[in-house]
Amino acid sequence: MIIAERKAFNQIWDSTKELHKVLILGCGTCVAVCQAGGEKEVGLLASELRMKSHLEGKEIIFGEATIERQCDREFFDSIKDKAKEYDAILSMACGAGVQYSAEVLEPVRCIPALNTRFIGVTEQEGHWAERCRACGNCVLSDYGGICPMTICAKSLFNGPCGGSRNGKCEAGQEKDCAWVLIYNRLKKQNRLDTMQNLAIKVKDYSTQTHPGRLINEAYVKPEPEEKSGKQPSQASL
Amino acid sequence: MKPGEQTNQKDENKNTVNTNTSGAFSNNDSSTWEPRVVAFCCHYCAYSAADLAGSMRLEYSPNVRIIRILCTGKIDTLHILRAFEDGADAVYVAGCEEGSCHFLEGNLRAKKKVVQAKKLLKEVGIEPERLEMFNISASNSVLFARAADEMTERARQLGPNPLNKVS
Repeated sequence: MIIAERKAFNQIWDSTKELHKVLILGCGTCVAVCQAGGEKEVGLLASELRMKSHLEGKEIIFGEATIERQCDREFFDSIKDKAKEYDAILSMACGAGVQYSAEVLEPVRCIPALNTRFIGVTEQEGHWAERCRACGNCVLSDYGGICPMTICAKSLFNGPCGGSRNGKCEAGQEKDCAWVLIYNRLKKQNRLDTMQNLAIKVKDYSTQTHPGRLINEAYVKPEPEEKSGKQPSQASL
Repeated sequence: MKPGEQTNQKDENKNTVNTNTSGAFSNNDSSTWEPRVVAFCCHYCAYSAADLAGSMRLEYSPNVRIIRILCTGKIDTLHILRAFEDGADAVYVAGCEEGSCHFLEGNLRAKKKVVQAKKLLKEVGIEPERLEMFNISASNSVLFARAADEMTERARQLGPNPLNKVS
């Protein structure tokens, strides 16, 4: 899931204080799970902003709404008309959601309330950790299910550097050395012999071009028929 | 002061826009001002302690408005903020002693919520001292009375909720 965190309150306040009517729009999927932009967080931010606005002597109206996902067009239907009544949308979604809100709800201005951090997992309640860099060419099967691109602070693909000490990384003692983790995992799997191949493996970075775009083959439009050569030839006419 | 009320209204339809600003922030006459303190009390301990305090004829501040809840684990940060939005001068959450929650860890969850609410109040510009968490067992009516007095006194020291002072 995508992990995000809320921007500092003062930063959010600064971006909304000159407006008159702001719709705080939550997203009910990833950012709701990581307690950054779900319905509850929308309520908290709205409450804070209402109090701040009152203390500053301003009369800003803060509306609240949460849709299932801000990265899917169909979920905007329920708030599309209402959004037009607002000066701006304060989107509590990840960067993708904010951009899609701005596109779907155009020309209403969209302001991000979160900072998108990474694709990660929930290690324990309230603790999230990065696990994937979306490189587009997954090699996890060769690395014992541990991504050297993500977990290694230097994203070393072909082996460890010399900075590993007692299983920790020289870039920060709180970071595990990815290559120690990979070694230990492959050892448990009795696959240590495969490690030598990793040293000469070449990573295909061509999949990391941006912006990424993907179309399911079932949704690819068929080519027009005139190009298929089925038209009758001149001779047969 | 019914913070739960507004939340429930919103929950009825998740995808509708709620612009409820609750008409709070009433002004108080400074000459007759008395602090309004909201106490979220656990049914199994602090509320029973309040009951016992009454039975024992213990005197405690009449400024406290008690809201009985099944467990302090039910308390949401939003309930606390709403109480302040609606004009409370001080709020406290009173749960069981740590380790004796009827629902095992409800009071520990409430403790985290209070810490979060204090942080949010500070961000907005409201003194976090207006909010506190107490652990009061059902038999400790004296502590209940002391907590009520302490929070009322704290509100008196800090003055009216800043939201009530702004016109």
